[in-house]
Amino acid sequence: MTREEIIRPENKVYARPELLTDNVTHYCPGCSHGVVHKIIAELLAEMNVADKTIGIAPVGCAVFAYNYIDVDWIEAAHGRAPAVATAASRLNPDSLVFTYQGDGDLSAIGTAETIHACNRGENIAIIFINNAIYGMTGGQMAPTTLLGMKTATTPYGRTAELNGYPLAITNLLAQLDGTCYVTRQAVHTAAAVRKTKAAIKKAFQNSMAKKGTSVIEIVSTCNSGWKMTPAQSNDWMAEHMFEKYPLGDLKNE
Amino acid sequence: MEEEVRLMKGNEAIAHAAIRYGADGYFGYPITPQSEVLETLAELRPWETTGMVVLQAESEVAAINMVYGGASTGKAVMTSSSSPGVSLKQEGISYLAASELPALIVNVMRGGPGLGTIQPSQADYFQATKGGGHGDYHLIILSPATVQEMTDFVALGFDLAFKYRTPAMILADGIVGQMMEKVVLPPQRPRRTEEELRAQCPWAACGKGDRKNRNVVTSLEMDSTKMEQNNLRFQETYRLIEENEVRCQEYYTDDAEYLIVAFGTVARICLKAIEEAREKGIKVGLLRPITLWPFPKKNIGKLSKQVKGILTVELNAGQMVEDVQLAAECRVPVHHFGRMGGMIPNPTEILEALVTKLSIAQ
Amino acid sequence: MKEEILIAGFGGQGVLSMGKILAYAGLMDNLEVTWMPSYGPEQRGGTANVTVILSDTAISSPVLDTFDTVVALNQQSLDKFENKVKAGGTLIYDPSGIHHLPTRTDISVVPVDAMQASIELKNSKTYNMILLGALLKLRPIVGTDAVLRGLKKTLPERHHHLLPLNEQALLKGMSLV
Repeated sequence: MTREEIIRPENKVYARPELLTDNVTHYCPGCSHGVVHKIIAELLAEMNVADKTIGIAPVGCAVFAYNYIDVDWIEAAHGRAPAVATAASRLNPDSLVFTYQGDGDLSAIGTAETIHACNRGENIAIIFINNAIYGMTGGQMAPTTLLGMKTATTPYGRTAELNGYPLAITNLLAQLDGTCYVTRQAVHTAAAVRKTKAAIKKAFQNSMAKKGTSVIEIVSTCNSGWKMTPAQSNDWMAEHMFEKYPLGDLKNE
Repeated sequence: MEEEVRLMKGNEAIAHAAIRYGADGYFGYPITPQSEVLETLAELRPWETTGMVVLQAESEVAAINMVYGGASTGKAVMTSSSSPGVSLKQEGISYLAASELPALIVNVMRGGPGLGTIQPSQADYFQATKGGGHGDYHLIILSPATVQEMTDFVALGFDLAFKYRTPAMILADGIVGQMMEKVVLPPQRPRRTEEELRAQCPWAACGKGDRKNRNVVTSLEMDSTKMEQNNLRFQETYRLIEENEVRCQEYYTDDAEYLIVAFGTVARICLKAIEEAREKGIKVGLLRPITLWPFPKKNIGKLSKQVKGILTVELNAGQMVEDVQLAAECRVPVHHFGRMGGMIPNPTEILEALVTKLSIAQ
Repeated sequence: MKEEILIAGFGGQGVLSMGKILAYAGLMDNLEVTWMPSYGPEQRGGTANVTVILSDTAISSPVLDTFDTVVALNQQSLDKFENKVKAGGTLIYDPSGIHHLPTRTDISVVPVDAMQASIELKNSKTYNMILLGALLKLRPIVGTDAVLRGLKKTLPERHHHLLPLNEQALLKGMSLV
């Protein structure tokens, strides 16, 4: 088969989402971020809301999210994305405002902003990548790091005595009156990706319908930080992470 | 709303002025002695009239980041706080400056350091004029001495912030925040429409709309050569501000043999001291910087060639005195008289300090 | 014309609001005014004082060390501010609870038993209006009509039925000196 024959339009089964830019990704091969970015880019196009979308990028590996998805972005200070999103949303009520945050940003330094934005029921979607480690700064402990897990700052494994317990912050957010939809998903299989896409779609719809805050936690891998291959990471995540962070809806109103 | 003459506190005036300016949003957190700003806004409910958003944030940190979020979308947004709260805001202020965003910050200063006191102070002069947060940046600093200026500087602060795309700060002392005076409130200005905003702020990340390219508001630049260019651009803005926006007021300087430099309410106390000094035949004048940054270097430099000595009077241990010394270029002695911890000097004390510190023969 | 006044007493005695009413009256008469409180956490009890300046020209310092008129409503305030009255000035005090009387002879010292008068008016909240009446009799810097116009402008509509009582208190205060 010639190259021309292969790329005939009728043979096309998959295309790069039009909202993904041509910029070369800085994410490690095998990282969950790329998959989630693709889902967001697909949804914003499918829902025809790209022109009124404001994304809020965090500090952490996803700090450069604004390089990859072709919508307006605001780069927030570490942990403050929900506060930035609060104002962007309230001052631009016709816009779709979402934050994209990691576990350090959302559940350590930004805990107060996260809880209070959710508690006020801001009409925003919070997309929360939980890979139980600080990827950007070189693999240090996150609040969500599992007990026994080795990181650069817990080289002998996390202990409850020294570092406290893994924080399932999403469970906490589900308790707040301001949240309308809280779910925990993953992107390690095709089926999981489809579920995550449906969840993020619902979150965006909730925001547009002004139903309150939606939180989509995506239990993720960091194969570089975990020092595993991408395939090993997915297996390790399914085996260990899902026990502490079980998948499924925590709240759906 | 038409122009209106009212009696009110400086803090209340800030709230009224923000609404009448057509500000889009206010985000704040209660702290004495400035809580009346948020309280007054809550009472006036501008969201029902002009559509202005008012929100009590969970912290000063959240409030300044809400300002950052709103400013990123091109809106005219502000926050207010007092010294310890403004310390908490410094990271956000640095981000605002680095992202070239217009915003208005009000600091109604109280005594420090630490939790300090709720009584008036001017001890945040260094923090306000020399940067405050990390990195090379300046804010435009306006220093009000009257409740009328508390009102007027809201509009001036916003206008300058949008003109230069840099945050402006009203640096008030607790006295002018808590004091009531007669004030003329300006007529209501309509808030900008979405079209006007997009025309004024083509950089705003408010959703692409009909724009071809996306807007990204960020202070991050990993490429050092580009980051240096960013810094050079900021410095060029600061140079233009220093060239065009210096504001100060002089009293009795025509024949002055001595000069007092003071800002904010203290300048008014000094004016009374000067009137008493002149009754005793001491020819002393007053220079009141209205912009603390850019600082009126040239005006002070010129007067330093005329007078025999300069005294700065401040509610701190000696902060602005350093800028006055630089401006005077060692031509004449420059001394400082200050009270701290919430104490306010009275005119008699100031007159005594003037005579003693500048060795004025009587 | 320029009058520099200090009112001092316990928080809750209506010190700040008496100053405010005076300042509003000044505004009604197109005067320049400043009202500068000592502010603090004490809402009731504790000490409170306020400096009010009324002038027909621009006011420089809102902070003063001497005053034309001092109204002292407790012993602490009397002790602290007796010496701050300018020679020839006026010191008004409420004699209830005062053990050490003022001693200066170069100023006019006027006791005003506003506590007793407010009991006679059967409303303790008239206390500061009685004192204001006494003050304005001694120092006629603004007219009583300006006070009442100021009150009318600042009081919420639902409290307007109290205006006659306030006027009565003002006149009562004037009759005491």
